[in-house]
Amino acid sequence: MSDHDYQPSSKLGKWFNDRLPLLTLSNHLAEYPTPKNLNYWWTFGGILTFCLITQIVTGLTLAMHYIADSDLAFASVEHIMRDVNYGWLIRYVHANGASMFFLAVYIHIFRSLYYGSYKSPREVIWIIGMIIYFLMMATAFMGYVLPWGQMSFWGATVITNLFSAIPLIGEGIVAWLWGGFAVDNPTLTRFYALHYLLPFLILGLVVLHIWALHVPGNNNPIGIDIKKPSKDTVPFHPYIVIKDGFALLMFMIVFAFFVFYSPNILGHADNYIEANPMVTPAHIVPEWYLLPFYAILRSIPDKLLGVIAMFAAIFVLVILPWLDTSKIRSAVFRPLYRQFYWILIIDVLILGYVGAMPAEGIYLLVARVATAYYFIHFLIVLPILGYKEKTIPVPLSITEPVLGGSPNLGIIKNKKSLN
Amino acid sequence: MSDKNPKRRDFLFTATYAIGVVGIGAVAWPLIDQMNPDASVKALASTEVDVSSVEPGNTITVLWRGKPVFIRRRTQDEITEAKKVKMEELKHPEKDEDRAKDPEWLVMLGICTHLGCVPLNDKGDYNGWFCPCHGSHYDTSGRIRKGPAPTNMEVPKYEFVNANTIKIG
Repeated sequence: MSDHDYQPSSKLGKWFNDRLPLLTLSNHLAEYPTPKNLNYWWTFGGILTFCLITQIVTGLTLAMHYIADSDLAFASVEHIMRDVNYGWLIRYVHANGASMFFLAVYIHIFRSLYYGSYKSPREVIWIIGMIIYFLMMATAFMGYVLPWGQMSFWGATVITNLFSAIPLIGEGIVAWLWGGFAVDNPTLTRFYALHYLLPFLILGLVVLHIWALHVPGNNNPIGIDIKKPSKDTVPFHPYIVIKDGFALLMFMIVFAFFVFYSPNILGHADNYIEANPMVTPAHIVPEWYLLPFYAILRSIPDKLLGVIAMFAAIFVLVILPWLDTSKIRSAVFRPLYRQFYWILIIDVLILGYVGAMPAEGIYLLVARVATAYYFIHFLIVLPILGYKEKTIPVPLSITEPVLGGSPNLGIIKNKKSLN
Repeated sequence: MSDKNPKRRDFLFTATYAIGVVGIGAVAWPLIDQMNPDASVKALASTEVDVSSVEPGNTITVLWRGKPVFIRRRTQDEITEAKKVKMEELKHPEKDEDRAKDPEWLVMLGICTHLGCVPLNDKGDYNGWFCPCHGSHYDTSGRIRKGPAPTNMEVPKYEFVNANTIKIG
């Protein structure tokens, strides 16, 4: 951002900007040169910002009515649903907002995977993104505990017990997390405190995520480095603002559909039964966005190894920039990677499906195969593919294939010129 | 100045860092330890249970320290079945005699040692308990036989106060 010599036009603006260069910052954001070929998969960054703000605003208003006490929490949520003015709306937006947030983040992550946005020089953006994703899961998990229903209670029990798998100190850590000998009132009050804190940490990390993005600039669908500003770029405002705004409206239609027409379809009926430490529901299922990891956890018949595999499934994503050895970013020019990419998506969907099914028989077998493939993709396929794959030649600029009539024509032309 | 007496300066830096670390640790500890079980939680250490109305083949579940405790009055068949199991067949070998002081009464924490769910009575492949969460099977002595749980269900400290009363804790 040091390449700016912006001068506000008004005298007052200049006076203020010399003392705090906020106007320089907003000018940077408006003028920020963006690749002109960004498609709609690139609009999810803005959508995610909207999701975070929605969760913070609805969460703040819910906090004015919710009571974090194991005797009162369940009733206070029903009080919000029945008595508080528009309480039902705010709570349904917040609960479905969590699902919409994860829907958007998964699209955002898989867009990065397809177009190689995690590769040099964008590794730090990617790692900050993965930390945000991890904090989102922690926040969502703790938020799900607050209504103090059966799924809240038993979900909290199962997830906190993951730490008991750690040798020697595990039991001590779990008692420390619980503040007792089981999930109980002290657990609820601390989860509430942390559920309130973490979104603001996420907000801070989002600022770093965008800051780190603005250093190299956006990746783009053909994944090449571009000169900025140049024929290949457009200013963020108004071009990207309008495009992001339109995509956000489409997203809000989906969001509103869930809130108004099927607000409970993504939840679980058992969570409308108050928490009971004596009875475990017949099928404990986490929220849909955690199911693939849950399937990995259950697919391994050893407690400690299962927990390690689950955390490793997230960790392989963190080190992905160094696992993928290919110099070409975009899957558009990687015919083999493109196929493995779609196999991975199917694999993750299968993991999500079997995560919701009972862990026995054919489901267990499928979960094991899918878990193995998940790790094979990241730890074996990606490193080897970078060396073995015959990639399609990459155009030199975004404009080149466009002027050549079609992207394919441009590629063919390029191939000839290279040969 | 720094060239003049480097050793003295190094010593001062190291000493300052060391005191700083100790200071930060001393401040952090109360903030960490406040999350551990507090005095009121620890005070609920024992529970007395009247078991006079439990028929053979039935289980009652009582809460102790916020956790369910199974108290099962076992039938003769169940006791025989539990006793005849060979140690080599067990993932976590424990004799039935060591788990049930009085073979008729099995007292244990009703918590699956995998991830803490409450197993279901009279279910599973070994006529004991079955955990619905991740499919662990326990036998009539509460020992893990099949599934992801690493150990047998835990037997808490308990004693018979008289013929009809068990004190847990």
